[in-house]
Amino acid sequence: MNLTLKIWRQKDASSKGQMVDYKVTDISEHMSFLEMMDVLNEQLVNSGDEPVAFDHDCREGICGMCSMYINGEAHGPDRGVTTCQLHMRMFKDGDTITIEPFRAAAFPVIKDLVVDRMAFERIQQAGGYISVNTSGNTQDANALPISKHAADEAMDAATCIGCGACVASCKNSSAMLFVGAKVSQYALLPQGQVEAVDRVQNMVAQMDLEGFGNCTNTGACEIECPKGISLENIARMNRELMKASLK
Amino acid sequence: MALDSKVPKGSIKDKWTDYKNHIDLVNPANKRHIDVIVVGTGLAGGSAAATLAELGYNVKAFAYQDSPRRAHSIAAQGGINAAKNYQGDGDSTYRLFYDTVKGGDYRSREANVYRLAEVSANIIDQCVAQGVPFARDYGGLLDNRSFGGVLVSRTFYAKGQTGQQLLLGAYSAMNRQIARGKIEMFNRHEMLDVVKVDGKARGIIARDLITGKIERHSAHAVVIATGGYGNVYFLSTNAMGSNATAAWKIHKKGAFFANPCYTQIHPTCIPRSGDYQSKLTLMSESLRNDGRIWVPKHMDDVMAIREGRKKPTDLTEEERDYYLERRYPAFGNLVPRDVASRAAKERCDAGYGVNATGEAVYLDFKSAINRYGKEQAKIHNITNASEEKIYELGQAIVEAKYGNLFQMYEKIVDENPYKTPMMIYPATHYTMGGIWVDYNLMTTVPGLYCIGEANFSDHGANRLGASALMQGLADGYFVLPYTIGDYLSDDIRTGEIPTNTPEFDAVEKEVTDRIDFFMNNKGSKSVDHFHKRLGNVMWDKVGMARNEKGLKEAMAEIKAIREEFWKEVKVPGTANEMNLELEKAGRVADFLELGELFAKDALERNESCGGHFREESVELDGEQKGEAKRNDTDFAFVSAWEYKGEPADAVLHKEELEFKDIELKQRSYK
Amino acid sequence: MSGFFKSSIGRKVAMALSAFFLMFFLLQHFAINSLSVFSADLFNEVSHFMGTNWLIQFVMQPILILGVVFHFVMGFILELKNKKANGVSYAKNNGAANSSWMSRNMIWSGVAILAFIILHFIDFWFPEINTKFIQGDWSGMHDGELRYFHELQHKFLSPIRVGAYVLAFIFLALHLLHGFTSAFQSMGATAGRKKTLQTIGKAYSIIIPFGFIIIAVYHHLNHH
Repeated sequence: MNLTLKIWRQKDASSKGQMVDYKVTDISEHMSFLEMMDVLNEQLVNSGDEPVAFDHDCREGICGMCSMYINGEAHGPDRGVTTCQLHMRMFKDGDTITIEPFRAAAFPVIKDLVVDRMAFERIQQAGGYISVNTSGNTQDANALPISKHAADEAMDAATCIGCGACVASCKNSSAMLFVGAKVSQYALLPQGQVEAVDRVQNMVAQMDLEGFGNCTNTGACEIECPKGISLENIARMNRELMKASLK
Repeated sequence: MALDSKVPKGSIKDKWTDYKNHIDLVNPANKRHIDVIVVGTGLAGGSAAATLAELGYNVKAFAYQDSPRRAHSIAAQGGINAAKNYQGDGDSTYRLFYDTVKGGDYRSREANVYRLAEVSANIIDQCVAQGVPFARDYGGLLDNRSFGGVLVSRTFYAKGQTGQQLLLGAYSAMNRQIARGKIEMFNRHEMLDVVKVDGKARGIIARDLITGKIERHSAHAVVIATGGYGNVYFLSTNAMGSNATAAWKIHKKGAFFANPCYTQIHPTCIPRSGDYQSKLTLMSESLRNDGRIWVPKHMDDVMAIREGRKKPTDLTEEERDYYLERRYPAFGNLVPRDVASRAAKERCDAGYGVNATGEAVYLDFKSAINRYGKEQAKIHNITNASEEKIYELGQAIVEAKYGNLFQMYEKIVDENPYKTPMMIYPATHYTMGGIWVDYNLMTTVPGLYCIGEANFSDHGANRLGASALMQGLADGYFVLPYTIGDYLSDDIRTGEIPTNTPEFDAVEKEVTDRIDFFMNNKGSKSVDHFHKRLGNVMWDKVGMARNEKGLKEAMAEIKAIREEFWKEVKVPGTANEMNLELEKAGRVADFLELGELFAKDALERNESCGGHFREESVELDGEQKGEAKRNDTDFAFVSAWEYKGEPADAVLHKEELEFKDIELKQRSYK
Repeated sequence: MSGFFKSSIGRKVAMALSAFFLMFFLLQHFAINSLSVFSADLFNEVSHFMGTNWLIQFVMQPILILGVVFHFVMGFILELKNKKANGVSYAKNNGAANSSWMSRNMIWSGVAILAFIILHFIDFWFPEINTKFIQGDWSGMHDGELRYFHELQHKFLSPIRVGAYVLAFIFLALHLLHGFTSAFQSMGATAGRKKTLQTIGKAYSIIIPFGFIIIAVYHHLNHH
């Protein structure tokens, strides 16, 4: 199939960017979206132009590196997939596809479609861990039984890949789903209880400091999340913060 | 130079404990004055960085991704082995040790493997304490699953995302240290060379991938944890950015490269659909528990399927060739990875491949669905169940077991694997070879360490399922933090290593010269063009089956591609900005050298062992006719290659392998 | 605790708490208004009680006004903060793919409701204040009977006003369709009862505003 691509080009963080049109031809429906981008880039390199910079790595939907806003949706129109798992069969011959970087004040553009998601790192550094030494001198793993239900629910929260689709899709650029998932994983496990109060307070404080918006519960994040992280994690974080504030 | 593995004396059970009791330690006050660089932040590098920082060293950690948690360890699906014996099925440290040595086709160092098995149980304790949500049973205790090649159930897992969860665990430990200021994290940085001062590794040259700035970083020791080199094949299950640059650069600076030819080719990957393919996706090996592998018996059926005139479901049982069941009646579809991979290649080379590229075989769940369906009908007392009903009942069971994999397959291939057989083909997955290290995980360069997949140490010629995660974490959490202290205890009075020295000047110049070359070389072909050509040669001639003629050709062809690369490569943009083509160019340049050494090593090793299959070394008669033949008399050694300029000139050093605690046996799956 | 209300989550909780209060008020207002359809006398009596009881007038009324003002001011503050968090806007954004129109336009339905409240104050509240506090007439009488029912009917003579009311209540319904469950979600109170809350929320958001509409239209059609 033949496609027209409208792609955000921006030289670096301080430059002004703009949408630029490109044409690609003979795209197979079996290609992944990023393979289609590879075709475009090969074409650009061969014609002496600069290829489009975009983040990607594992190309199997788990590293969370890829981050495009395609036709007005984070990771494109398919559900439960990252951009690297999106296939061209979702598009038709002759389509025009708009490709933009994830947008948020807290995610400044580095180049073209590459954005800086270090805010997520700093939020996790503020408390996204259990303070246990890595000496191996902990108690036996089975000394602390954890109900299957709690373990499964913690796992569901822990599957977050930190791609930032939640922020990109949110009309307020709120990071609540991401932070909610990280807080929930530990809130659901007994190991996480000791530091629960400080953790949620510190992580939320850092989230606010980074300049993410407020959650207005539109639910867009949950729909666009490639891992299906539930809104319940946001509710749980809200409860955790209220509990922590009352202590 | 003679290789000294520095394996401690004493019985294998006591070696590690004795070793720990007698090494030199660095006192906590002195650790504050010692810097360690860790390159790579996957399971090995991440856990090492966290632990070293916690001990008190100043750690500088480097990752080319924007976060340590994106390292490719994250993609491991199946699980992590540990000799916990929670199932009471007779597992023990010795048994895990034995399985790993045997699985590695007797080409690994006993003492290292035993230590790995010994610390495996600690890993699980540690991860649970960190909040890794492993799967649990209804009693709240940890659940296990079994994996190929072993007789016990010792694999811990977190759904199909064990690697992700373990990496997030190590990452959380890193975050704690980053917050404490003990780890300085350099995201989007790529190490481009190592700096030696007085023969010791004392720093690295790295490029800031956002600004293009070349930076000097010094330390008292350097740890390389940058993973494997599977991307030498262009197509592999590795991440797009996975590269061998750090490993290759230290090799060029004196670290020996061991067993480059040991590659694991995983049999159950989704086949290539066309030339544009950028990477391959692996599906868990567990699929072979219930799937039957076949190709059509007759060539006209193959053609009919390829041209779309027939569907695989149109073929009767008699028209199908279940070649694994035919060739290996005892193990059938459950033969080890390497055997299954080669058998698929054999059929496809003979022209029986079932997709457009001719490189795919069927993995069929119909009999499993029917079998489960009949069982379910009995359980639910449904007499005279219709065929549809049986299928429906069976499908539910298969869905519960492999639902996520089937869904993933359907997303990629756009075919419903419940209705039509899956197509699979082998793909490069893991490299057992890597930088040679001694018992301390130190390379042949003092102060330069190598851990995780990047080193060669524990898996011999073949790695068992669910052992990669175990090795990465064992090295990082529990081995390196001890062994590196022994070395660093001499450095307590050294003080900070200055970076304004001639040694740093010289290496930085090498790095910038190379970058300048790329920027100024107005060639005509893209980096990917060369990478793909290298990949084709590697796959065709240094892939699943290798022979002398092919390997010699491969060496010559790779050399030719490399020469053309240096003439014709084209890198757009500038060096002082984010430049993805420049990054790739550097990596492919290194693969083009590594590939040739890889072929040379394969040529040298005229035996079949584990992931390395030489067509000249097969059983000539008897029940095992045509199967891989290992040669313990001539090849029970580790090949450690010393860099001497051209890869073809590399010098071989042998580390003889002794097996005192395990008897050597030939594998048989007939 | 003061730190809590400075956090983004704390602000949302404050929004939710004021929303609960306003939703409760709305229910109460609706209950009294619906009396006007069934019995003019009863409506007059209850209105007189509400209009002259000191607890209602001097405690509840100021709290209500504070609640309304808080909800609006905070709503605008959050909207501004959210706009700031957005940075550059998308060239193409397909919000409909992942969220309801109501959830994305709370600020606009809110503004419509604000406009309505101003109209409503001009219609009822300012005249009441004028009568009671400026003229000092607390009798509630006009032409020998309680005046409330007549005033009500009089206001709904104009089809334009009735139209404005109908429109405003449609916006109220839209606001509530998202706001009801959203308030519970902000309070973290959705665990395990999301479906139930959604059903109740839907019922509330439709029944109350349309009830108000029916009352307005009823009086428009049945004035004497």
